[in-house]
Amino acid sequence: MFRLEKRPQPSQFWTLLTPIIAVVATMIAGGLLFALLGKAPIEAIRTIFWDPLFSEFAWYYRPQILIKAAPLILIGIGLSLGFRAGVWNIGAEGQFILGAIFGAGAGLAFYPADYWFIFPLMVIAGAFGGMLWALIPALLKTRFGTNEILVSLMLVYVAEHILSSVSFGLLKNPEGHGFPGSRNLQQYEAASNAEIIAGTGIHWGVIAALLAVIAAYVLLNRHIIGYQIRLTGQAPRAARFAGVRPNLLIIFCMGLSGALAGVAGMFEVAGPMGQISVDFNQGLGFTAIIVAFLGRLHPVGILFAGMLLALTSVGGDIAQSNLGLPAASIKAFQGMLLFFILASDVLSNFRVRIGTAETA
Amino acid sequence: MKPLKSILTCAAVALGLAATTAAAEPAKVGFVYVGPVGDFGWSYEHDQGRLAVEEHFGDAVETTFVESVPEGADAERVLTQMALSGHDLIFTTSFGYMDPTINVAAKFPNVHFEHATGYKNADNVSTYSARFYEGRAVIGTIAGRMTESNKVGYIASFPIPEVIRGINSAYIHAKKVNPDVEFKIVWVYTWFDPSKEADAATALIEQGVDVIMQHTDSPAAMTIAEERGIMAFGQASDMLQFGPTARLSSIIDNWEPYYIARVQAQIDGTWESVSTWDGIAPGMVKIGAFSDRIPADIQAEAQALADSIAAGDYHPFTGPLNKQDGSVWLADGEVADDGTLAGMNFYVEGIEGDVPN
Repeated sequence: MFRLEKRPQPSQFWTLLTPIIAVVATMIAGGLLFALLGKAPIEAIRTIFWDPLFSEFAWYYRPQILIKAAPLILIGIGLSLGFRAGVWNIGAEGQFILGAIFGAGAGLAFYPADYWFIFPLMVIAGAFGGMLWALIPALLKTRFGTNEILVSLMLVYVAEHILSSVSFGLLKNPEGHGFPGSRNLQQYEAASNAEIIAGTGIHWGVIAALLAVIAAYVLLNRHIIGYQIRLTGQAPRAARFAGVRPNLLIIFCMGLSGALAGVAGMFEVAGPMGQISVDFNQGLGFTAIIVAFLGRLHPVGILFAGMLLALTSVGGDIAQSNLGLPAASIKAFQGMLLFFILASDVLSNFRVRIGTAETA
Repeated sequence: MKPLKSILTCAAVALGLAATTAAAEPAKVGFVYVGPVGDFGWSYEHDQGRLAVEEHFGDAVETTFVESVPEGADAERVLTQMALSGHDLIFTTSFGYMDPTINVAAKFPNVHFEHATGYKNADNVSTYSARFYEGRAVIGTIAGRMTESNKVGYIASFPIPEVIRGINSAYIHAKKVNPDVEFKIVWVYTWFDPSKEADAATALIEQGVDVIMQHTDSPAAMTIAEERGIMAFGQASDMLQFGPTARLSSIIDNWEPYYIARVQAQIDGTWESVSTWDGIAPGMVKIGAFSDRIPADIQAEAQALADSIAAGDYHPFTGPLNKQDGSVWLADGEVADDGTLAGMNFYVEGIEGDVPN
């Protein structure tokens, strides 16, 4: 009855409209889910989308959305560059962990000294740690042709073990009563990634995320590397004729996305999270993959996607506490959002025709 | 006349107001869980405590909870949100919520907080934990008596004092009744990961273990024990439904009496910051019903041990006890102090292997 016809060019109109359709569809399907759970659907959806922004306590929640979104955007931007070029870094979670360990380690090495250069050094160390972890799959791919999806993913589990090891050993707080976990960096001023203006939620990670969005935009639209990335993604053979060196591009994309994930980890450990601990990573590196695709691999799109995911997480927690919604239903709700966005992509890439095909 | 009348009216209005606020505004109590309430372990038992509070106080309390809250910034946000939305008393039920709890408590001096298993108190932050090692002594005794291969498996989560204390207590009491007993310890570095716990259980069984103890929260090991026809103990919750034959007994985290007492204090206005470390006696640690598989004399022996611990006649860490390296820890009749127990980072003599570092 219905027939899909591939568009020669993705429709601009539908590309802009589909995210809105997807959000509305999520609200309807999510509302049904909440209704089935015996909760008032409109109230639940209002709590998730509206309360964090405009309720009585929005002055507290708005900054929290920035805090939650910053690492997602930072990692998502890095991943999107690689994804555009067909370089699949799935291991941002591991690079995030290594960045945090390197960053926190660099800071704690000076404890309790108070030098101006400690924090900048931590940023560099964080970027280095993340980059190092991402370059392993990159070099293995360029040298031996291994699959970067598998290797980067496997390295996440290695990173988790390293995290566990340093929480119990190298970085363990000597005054922590034998419990695992490092000193709390929030209480070490020289290394703390505190709010720049109190009450706004804006810490250096938020600034870095915004800078990354701008830099990625400029890179993709105004720089030769951005051109090469886009060309490699769209037409790998043509790219080769245009003088793109694929191995170099793989190393560049992996290294940059690793560095951004590492910096994100460093800002998290020095700021909102406070310390290296066994449970430090919460899957942000994986969520960022969703953010990258939700934002259609476009820097500005990723900015909005990160904010949207942060909004539903913050609102989801409010809904849990105020309305008694189970945590799993919030996750399902976020999953629906991704599903509808990707599903509605069909509309921008295909034309829907009613009736049977004229030619078989 | 007029002034008096107005005073009386005022008083009447005030009384009326007081009465209505008391009836209309129940104490609002929040709970933050690290896992899902359906984990059948740690978070599940805290939620059972919450339900007991609801049942006990009826309309006088309103409880809310947020589950699966990651430690760190998310926990801080959830706690702040609870404080903002008018909660009077908030229970934060995981060690990793320690710093977030302290941070949020500093911003809301009129809200009371209760942090489980931590060591940082404040004027409006209490801490509470259970002496699970008392329960471990009892099930260690049963394990020592029941094992036929003389090999007892132990699935351990993280090498922290809490867990090491449990291993030592179980081992000391298993050894006491069975000098040939050996402990096989597997560290899984997680509190809740059914697949890892199941793998650990399988590996232990392949090493010839016929009784499994665990210090992780999922019922996975119990399920494996049931399948493979060996014995196991419930952890955190009773877990009988997962191992009807395999389960010998269990250590149940029973937060009900504590939660009811603390909410009562909140309602009465007598709440103050305390550090609680309770064991079998006040009911915080409960020994699950003994399985019929355990012969009557062993049941009686285990029960007697539990009773003497509850009565305060016996402490599970009573000398003579040596450390693993053979050096003297406690002289004959000496009892371990709480400070040493709280920071325990060594095995007692006889346990093989090292505490991972």
